[in-house]
Amino acid sequence: MAEPMGFFTDTTVCIGCKACEVACKQWNQLPSPEGGANTMSGDSYDNTRKLDGINWRHVKFVEQFSEDRVGGRWLLMSDVCKHCVRAGCLEVCPTNAIIRTEFDTVVIQSDVCNGCGACVAGCPFGVIDINPVSKTAQKCTLCYDRLQAGMEPACSKACPTDSIQFGPVRELRERGAKRVSQLNDGGESRAYLYGADEKMLGGLNSFFLLVDKPEVYGLPPDPKLPSRNLVPASMFSALGALLVALIGVFSFRERRSGEGEDRP
Amino acid sequence: MSEIASSTWFTTAPHWGWLIVFYYLFGGLAAGSYFIAALIDLIGRREDRPIARMGYFVAIPCLMVSGVLLLVDLYRPDRFWHLFLQSNTMRPIFQYWAPMSIGSWGIIVFSLFALLSFLAALAESRHLSWGWAGHLRPPSIVGRVIAVLGILMAMYVAGYAGVLLAVTNRPLWSDTPLLGMLLGVSAMSISASLLLLIARWRGLKFPGVRSLDRFDSWVIGLTLLVLVAVIVSLGSVARVWLSLWGALLLVAVLVGMIVPLFMRWRSARSAQTSALAAVMVLIGGFILRTVIVFTQQGIQP
Ligand code: SF4
Repeated sequence: MAEPMGFFTDTTVCIGCKACEVACKQWNQLPSPEGGANTMSGDSYDNTRKLDGINWRHVKFVEQFSEDRVGGRWLLMSDVCKHCVRAGCLEVCPTNAIIRTEFDTVVIQSDVCNGCGACVAGCPFGVIDINPVSKTAQKCTLCYDRLQAGMEPACSKACPTDSIQFGPVRELRERGAKRVSQLNDGGESRAYLYGADEKMLGGLNSFFLLVDKPEVYGLPPDPKLPSRNLVPASMFSALGALLVALIGVFSFRERRSGEGEDRP
Repeated sequence: MSEIASSTWFTTAPHWGWLIVFYYLFGGLAAGSYFIAALIDLIGRREDRPIARMGYFVAIPCLMVSGVLLLVDLYRPDRFWHLFLQSNTMRPIFQYWAPMSIGSWGIIVFSLFALLSFLAALAESRHLSWGWAGHLRPPSIVGRVIAVLGILMAMYVAGYAGVLLAVTNRPLWSDTPLLGMLLGVSAMSISASLLLLIARWRGLKFPGVRSLDRFDSWVIGLTLLVLVAVIVSLGSVARVWLSLWGALLLVAVLVGMIVPLFMRWRSARSAQTSALAAVMVLIGGFILRTVIVFTQQGIQP
C-alpha cells in the first residue's frame, strides 16, 4: 500500500472563491443542479448549500455578524469527504461498492452501487447523496484516477491560497500542527485541528484547521460509527421477540376447556 | 447552534419514505402472521389449526408486496442482485455487520420457510393435491423443524428493520437502540389484529380467536412500555417530537393502543368490538411507522 494520502484544509486562508468547487465539477464531470436552472439560496453567498451526489466540494460561508452589522467575521471552509480511517459509509454498504484504496482513501464504485441509501444515512458528516444522473450514491474520490496517474487532486491544485493542501497524511499533520502554533503565537488562540488525531474515527485523512466550535461549521462535535448500535439494537430486538414469544405461549397453548364462547 | 441535541444532527437523510413505511407494514404483517401461525401449530389447540392456516395464507402475499417495495425503493432496482452476489466475481456476499446485507438474506431465508408452510396449508385445505406437502406442517417432525426455524426467521425479519435504522447516523433512529424492539413487538400486535379481523369477518368461533384477542392486548401493553423506554432513552433528542410528528405519535398511541385496550377491557366478549379494536390497532401501527420513518427527514445541518 502506498502511503495514506489526504487533505489538510486550513480554513483561515480560504477566501471563498469556489475555485475548488469548479475544478472538482470539471474534472469529475458532475452535472449542475436541476438541469442548470438558477438555484440561488437567496440568503447567503453560499448557493451550493451542501455536499451531495453532484457537489463533492462545498465552500461553506458562515456569516457571524452582530445585529447592527458593525462587528463580525466570515468563516469560510471548503468541505469535503473526510476519508475516515474508520468510515461509517464503508461499514454499512451491503454491496461492497465502497472500498478503501491503496492510498487509504474511501471510494464508491459507481458500477457496483445499487442506490440502497445505507451509506447516505451512515456517514457521520452528511457527505454522500444520490447522484440523480447515475442514480447511485456518490462523493469525493480524492481524485482516485488522478492519484493513480501520480497527479494531485483537482481541488487542491486549483486552490489559489493553499487553503486546501494535498499530501501524505503524516506530513500534513505536522504542517497543520505548525500552523496552529503559528496562529496561537500570533494571537489567534481559538485555532485547532479537527480530525487530525486518531481519537476521531481513527483519524480523518481529510482534516481541518478551525477557529470556532465544530458545530458552527456544520461539523459534528462527536462523530460516531453507525456500528456502535449494532449489538445493543440486536440484543433489544431479540429481547422483544423473546417477550412476545412468552406472551404467545401463554396465550395459545392448550388449556383446559371452559374458556367460554363469544357473544354474537 | 449550541442547542443541537446530538452529533447525528449533521447527517443527510436517506431517501426512505412511503415505500419504506409500507414495507415496514407489510414486512411486519408477514413476519407476525407467520410467527403466530407457527406458534399455534406448535403448541396450540388442534381445533385452532384453521387460524394457523390463515396466518400462513396471509404471510405469503404480504411478503411478496414487501419484497416488491424494497426492490422499487432502490435507485437502481436492476442491480438488486448486487445485495446477494459480488457483481464482479459472482461470489455470494454476506456482511454480518451490515444490517442491509443480513436483512436481505434474512428475508430470502424467511421466504423459503413461509413458502413451505404455505404449501402445507394449501394441501391441508385441499387446494393442492400434493399429499406430501401436508407433512411440511406440525405435528410431523419435518413440519416441527420448519415451524421452529420459520419462527426464528420471522422474529429476525420483524426485528432487523429497526436495527437497520439504528445502524445509521440519523437523528432519532441512531439515538436509541430500541427502535428494532419497538417495530418488532408492534409487528406482532398488528399481525394478531389482522388475523383477528379476518377471523371475525369470516365468523370463526374457535377458542383461538379469543386467544388472539388476549395475545394482542398483552402485546399492545408491551409495545406501550417499549415506546416509553424509547422516549426515555432518547433523552434530549426526544424533543424532535415537540412537533407535528409528535402529535401524530400521540394519535398512534391513542388510536392504536390505548383505545383498543380500553374497548377490549370494557366488552371483552363482543365480536364487533374486537373487530373494531383490530382495525384501530392496524391504523395505529401504520401511523407509528410513518412517524418513525419521517420524523428525522426534516433535520438537516
Ligand atoms: S466522511 Fe462520510 S463519506 Fe467520507 S469516508 Fe467518512 S463516512 Fe465515508
